Amino acid sequence: MAIPDEEYILKTTSACAGCPSSLILRYVTKAAGPDTVLVIPACCTSVIQGVYPTTAMNIPVYNVAFASAAAVGSGMSEAFRACGKKTNVICYAGDGGTVDIGIQALSGALERGNDFLYVCYDNEAYSNTGMQRSGATPFAARTTTTPAGKQDLKKDLDAIVAAHNPVYQATACAAYPVDLYNKVVKALSMPGPKFMHVLAPCPPGWRFPSEETIEMGKLAVKSGMWVLWERDHGKLAITGASKAAMVKRIPVADYLTRQGRFKGITEEQIAEIQAAIDRSIGCLQKEVESEC
Amino acid sequence: MLMIGTGNKAVALAVRDAKPVVVAAYPITPQTEIVEEIANYVTDGSMDARYIPVESEHSSMAACIGAAATGVRTFTATSSHGLVYMCEMLHMSAGARLPIVMANANRALGPGWNIGAEQSDSLSMRDTGWLQCYVSTAQEAYDTAFMAFRIAEHESVLLPVMINLDGFLLTHITQPFETVDPEGFLPPTNTPHAIDINHPGGYGTLTKGTEHFRFRWDIERGMRDSVAVIQEVEEAFAGRYGRRYDMVEEYRCEDAEVVIIAMGTLGKEMEVAVDILREEGVRAGSIRIRWFRPFPAIDLAGREVVVIDRDYSFGFGGVLANELRAKCGCRPFSVIAGLGGQEVTYDDIASFVRIRTEGGEHWFGVDA
Amino acid sequence: MYEIRLHSRGGQGGVTAAKVLAYAAFLDGKYATATPLYGAERRGAPVVSFIRVDDTPIRVYSQIRTPDLVIVLDHSIMQTVDVTAGLREDGVVLVNSPHPVEVKGHTTYTVDLTSIALSLKMVLAGNPILNTPLIGAIAKMGIISRESAEKAIAETFSDERNVMAARKAFEELKI
Repeated sequence: MAIPDEEYILKTTSACAGCPSSLILRYVTKAAGPDTVLVIPACCTSVIQGVYPTTAMNIPVYNVAFASAAAVGSGMSEAFRACGKKTNVICYAGDGGTVDIGIQALSGALERGNDFLYVCYDNEAYSNTGMQRSGATPFAARTTTTPAGKQDLKKDLDAIVAAHNPVYQATACAAYPVDLYNKVVKALSMPGPKFMHVLAPCPPGWRFPSEETIEMGKLAVKSGMWVLWERDHGKLAITGASKAAMVKRIPVADYLTRQGRFKGITEEQIAEIQAAIDRSIGCLQKEVESEC
Repeated sequence: MLMIGTGNKAVALAVRDAKPVVVAAYPITPQTEIVEEIANYVTDGSMDARYIPVESEHSSMAACIGAAATGVRTFTATSSHGLVYMCEMLHMSAGARLPIVMANANRALGPGWNIGAEQSDSLSMRDTGWLQCYVSTAQEAYDTAFMAFRIAEHESVLLPVMINLDGFLLTHITQPFETVDPEGFLPPTNTPHAIDINHPGGYGTLTKGTEHFRFRWDIERGMRDSVAVIQEVEEAFAGRYGRRYDMVEEYRCEDAEVVIIAMGTLGKEMEVAVDILREEGVRAGSIRIRWFRPFPAIDLAGREVVVIDRDYSFGFGGVLANELRAKCGCRPFSVIAGLGGQEVTYDDIASFVRIRTEGGEHWFGVDA
Repeated sequence: MYEIRLHSRGGQGGVTAAKVLAYAAFLDGKYATATPLYGAERRGAPVVSFIRVDDTPIRVYSQIRTPDLVIVLDHSIMQTVDVTAGLREDGVVLVNSPHPVEVKGHTTYTVDLTSIALSLKMVLAGNPILNTPLIGAIAKMGIISRESAEKAIAETFSDERNVMAARKAFEELKI
C-alpha cells in the first residue's frame, strides 16, 4: 500500500527531537485521512500539537480530560453515526492515559462496541510530566518514581483488551511505519471498536540519543521484547519483522543496555527478562498455531 | 397530554419530547427511573436517540461531551456520588461551552450510605460553570427540563444546564402533570464551534494565561446573559403553553414582613407554613429560588429573612444563606434542615419562623 | 385534603397500589399524589406509602402524620407496627385479612384480598397480587369512583384478571 504524501501533522510541532509519538501520529493520520477527528487526553501529544491559537494538526483535535478519552470517543462516534457521518474517531493516548487512569473508560467503550479506533502510544512512563512510573513501565526500568528500578512487571494491556474481543486489535512500533500504516487502514475499514498498541521509544525518557529512536524500536522487535501482531476478529497473526524474531532473536541485553533507564540492571534481572520473552513468544506461537 | 407520574418520569418525558440525539447515562438511586424510562423509549421507538450505557458517571459526561462537540443535542442524568464523580467533566463541559442538559436527583453523600434528599451534591458543584435550576413539582420538572435545552443551546449562553430534583421527595412522588406539544419550541441545535472536518482546528489545546483568562470571562458573560435568555424562554413557554415561571417563585410576599427562602420541595411545602403563620397574624411570605446559577436579584430590603438550607458548607454555613448574605446584604436566620432526607413538615417550617433571630443559625433536630 | 397511609411489606405491591389509587383519584378530576417512603428495606420488610387527594394542588411533600384512612395490606404487620399512630378520631381502617379485625375506637373494614388474588391465580414471584383488588375495595368505600378505579387498573395492567379482582373486592367488602 502506497503511503500518501498528505501530511496531517505539520512540521512545526513542539515535540522533543526524535519523538516517536509524533512519528506514530504522522502515520496514523496518513492512514486515516482527512475525515478524522482525534480525541486526545492529557499526554505528550497535548503539548506536541502546539499552543492556542495555533495548531500543528491538519484535522480536528479534541483535547479531553485524562481519564476520559475512550468515553468521549464513544460519544462522538455515536453522534457522528446518528447523523449518518462516517468520520473516523481516533483516540490517541499515552500509556498512562490508557493502562492506568483511562482503563475504565477504555474497557467500557470496548465492551459497548462503539465504532472507534483507540491508539495507545506506549513510551512506558508518564513522559509528559517528566518520566514517572506507569503501569506500562517495564520491570527494572528506572523512572523518577522508581529510582531503584521498577520492581513490578509491565501491565499486560493487550491481554486486558483481548478479553473484550474487539473486532480488531494490533500492536505496532514507531520503527516500522509501513506495518503501522497498514494496520490502521485495516482497523478503520471495520465497524466497531478497534485497538492498537504502539511502542514509542522515547529518547529523553528512556535515556538514549535522539537519533536512535528507530534503532531502539528495531532492537525491541528483534529481541522479541516487543512483538508485531494483529488479531483480526480474534485470530492472531504475527506481522512484519516479528515473523523472523519468532524464530531467531538477538539477546535482550542488546536492547536493555543501550538505554540509560536500565542502568544498573543486574545479570539476574536480564536473565529473568530474557526468560519472560522466550516464554511469551512461545505462547504467541502456540496461539498462532491453534485452531481457536 | 394530562397524566400522572413520578418526577423522574416527568423528566424522562421532557427529554423524549426534546429529541436529543445522544443520551449517555449510568444508573444511580434515586435517578435511575429517568434513564430506565429513556432506555425504554429508545427501545420502543418513541425516541430516536442513541442511548450509550456507559460504565461510570465520569464517562457519561465524557460521552455527552464527545457527542455535543459534534453539535448534537445531548442529555444525561445522575445523583449524589455520581455527580461529584463527574465533577472534573462538569468543568470540562462548561469550559468547552457545550449545551448539555442534565437532571440531578439531589441526594446525600456518604459515608454512611444515605439515599435521602440533600442538595449538598449539586451545591458543591456550584462553581463549575453550569446553570442550576431547582424544581419543586413533577410539572415544573417536565417544563424546566424541556426548556433547559433551549436555554443551554441559546447562542448567548452555550453553557450546560442542570435541573435538580429532591431525591425521592420529588423523583419518586406521583403527581399529575401535563406534557406539551413540543413541535417547534426548541430550535434545531446550532453550535457555532461544533467540530467541522472542513475547518479543522484544535479544541482545548494548551492555552496560555491571558487567553485562559479571557475564556473564563466569556463563561461569566454567558452566565450573566443567561438571565435574559431564561426569562425570554420562560416567557415564550408561558405564551405558548400557559405555565409561567420566573427566576424565583414568590408566595404572599406583597406585604410580607418575614420571608422564608428555600429551594426544591421545601420551597413548595413552606407555602403551607406561610398560610399557617398568616392565620396566626404573622405577615409571612415565601420565595422559592428556582435558578441558583445564575443567581437571581432579590430585593429583601426591610424584611426579616429565614433561609432553609438542605445542605451545608462546612466551616462557613448554609450555602443558600451565604449566597443571600453576599448577594442581598441581608442577615438571615439560617436553618439547616432536611439533610439526608430528614423529615421536615410545614409545621416545622412555621416553627423556624417563630424562633427566628437575626443572623442566627439553627440545626433542626440537632440544636435543642 | 384526604390523607391515606398504606402499610404493606416489600414485594406486596403497596407502592404500586398507591400509584394506581392516586391515578384513579386523578381520573375523578382530583389532585392526587402518591409517595413511597423508601429506606434500606428489602423484600418482606414493613413499608409505608402515602396518598393525598384534594380539590386543589397539593403542596405537601412530608409524611402523613394524621391520616384519614389507614390501609393494612398484611395484617401481621399490626403485631409490630402501630398502624393507627396519628389516625384521626374519625379515621377509618381497612385491613386485608381472612378474619374480621377490630381496631378499637375506629371503624374497621376487613376484606380478604389474598383469597381473591389466589382464587384468580394472581400470583407474582410467589406473592399474591393484592394491589388491584385493594383498589376495588377502596372504590367501595367511596374514596374513588368505581369507573376510575377500573380504568386506572386497566391502563396500568394488561392482565384482565386485575379488573376482575377489583370487582370481586368491591362486591365482597361490606360497608
